[in-house]
Amino acid sequence: MNTTGISSWAVDLADVGAIYPFQGLELILLIIALIFWIWWHIVTFRMEFDRQDEKIRKYGNSEHITQAIEND
Amino acid sequence: MGNNLDALTTIFTEFYYWLTVALMFLIHVGFCMYEVGASRRRNHMHTLLKNSMLIPLVTITFFFFGWWIYWAFPNGPFITGGIEWEAANANSPVSDIMGTNLSDRITGVFWAAFLLFSWTAASIVSGSVIERINSGAFWILAVLIGSGAWIIDAAWGWHYQGWMVQLLGYHDAYASGVIHAVAGGFALGVLVVLGPRLGKFAADGKPRDILPHNPWLVCIGLFLIYTGFWGFYVACNVPLISPEGIGGNITGETWTATTIYLTPTTLGAITFNFLMSLSGGMMMGYFVSRGNAFWTYSGGLAGIITASAGNDLYHPIQAMIIGGVGTYLAYKLHYWVENKFKIDDAVGAVAVHGYAGFIGLVICGFVLWGHPSSPYEGYAAINPLGNFIGAIIMFGVLGFLPGYIASKILHAFGLLRIPKEVELMGLDFGTALEEEAAAREVREAEIAMVNGK
Repeated sequence: MNTTGISSWAVDLADVGAIYPFQGLELILLIIALIFWIWWHIVTFRMEFDRQDEKIRKYGNSEHITQAIEND
Repeated sequence: MGNNLDALTTIFTEFYYWLTVALMFLIHVGFCMYEVGASRRRNHMHTLLKNSMLIPLVTITFFFFGWWIYWAFPNGPFITGGIEWEAANANSPVSDIMGTNLSDRITGVFWAAFLLFSWTAASIVSGSVIERINSGAFWILAVLIGSGAWIIDAAWGWHYQGWMVQLLGYHDAYASGVIHAVAGGFALGVLVVLGPRLGKFAADGKPRDILPHNPWLVCIGLFLIYTGFWGFYVACNVPLISPEGIGGNITGETWTATTIYLTPTTLGAITFNFLMSLSGGMMMGYFVSRGNAFWTYSGGLAGIITASAGNDLYHPIQAMIIGGVGTYLAYKLHYWVENKFKIDDAVGAVAVHGYAGFIGLVICGFVLWGHPSSPYEGYAAINPLGNFIGAIIMFGVLGFLPGYIASKILHAFGLLRIPKEVELMGLDFGTALEEEAAAREVREAEIAMVNGK
């Protein structure tokens, strides 16, 4: 098993190029990363709105809001 | 690396860009300090996280497509040629030089230097929209400016083959336009749609001062941006190249540092001019604001930004005067726009970056009129009209318009602005109360232990 293409350093470095593991699978990695990126935006948007709704439900009365402004 | 001289040049260049990246990190630290200092106590943590999270988001998207755009679009495309597929594919996220590769030591550090510019572009927008934008909406805008708009303008006007350089003689050595004007214009486009913070304007339209909660933090943040700006400046240069390596009109065998356009300059020149334009800006900022600390420090930045387009060539006293003029105009424009159009730019980013950058490009076109924009044959020389058109493209076409349109879309879906109640109570309010309650519970438990219960 060799993931990097380098099994020994008995080589002329001038002939060595990429040495990261699983070369050839870059496109699959990119697709996974793109899905993760888009998913992250969607999920964190939802988290942010849920948190805002919760805040309004718990603290959205004039008493709390006045307290927040006065303590600032 | 064929011989020892090649090896030395390559390793020096690799280390040079790496060092600029480490220095430029301080720009972001400075922006975060500055924004948190400018925000009110009830918004601190959200303000910090909103800006900080652009780091990973712009980084990954710049890896996914931003870097590819730079190499693909110097011709427009279809203005001076088609898409540069060969160069673009070599720099795509699936290329083998975009990873550990012993035959290419420069791409990683060069990519990172550009990436740090991308963070700066997005961070400039971040400060102006504090305390009322949804973080999720800002992060989409950050990707748009950081991995989209700015890097298209870099391909057009900050690439040795860019069509703006070839046809317009556009010259912008240290990014007055390609970073600052575009980000300032983008911020203005967002602000027009986003609207002012609640309470910013009185019923009669008169603006109120929403003071920074911590002016000290704001000023130290700006100081740190100055520090990081050194890295920004040197990252805009090619540190060492031979005439053969340039391959243009230059004769002889004298190696040199060059701008991004491969036109000769020196680190000494940009050190003179950085410091003199900073000084002109700070002195004018102090004068025009009557000793206001925020505008004095911002004036230093505006001074550098105004002179940046031509700081590869200016005389240091020219850089000082240009820095002072840009700061004066940016300050005056900030308050004129605020009063006239009710624009609430919380940190003056549109003025310091957008207006100063625009003005700097226009001045550069006059002061460097006739100087070759490139070492290659057939390129237009630097001229006032070319740089003026370039300023409009940077601030208006690639800055304001994308910011405005994207914000309109986010607004149409109800994603752009936080609810009124949350804005009034502050973004941190509920979390702060819960943290306070948790801390109280621990204290009570500890006291109970002391009392032996």
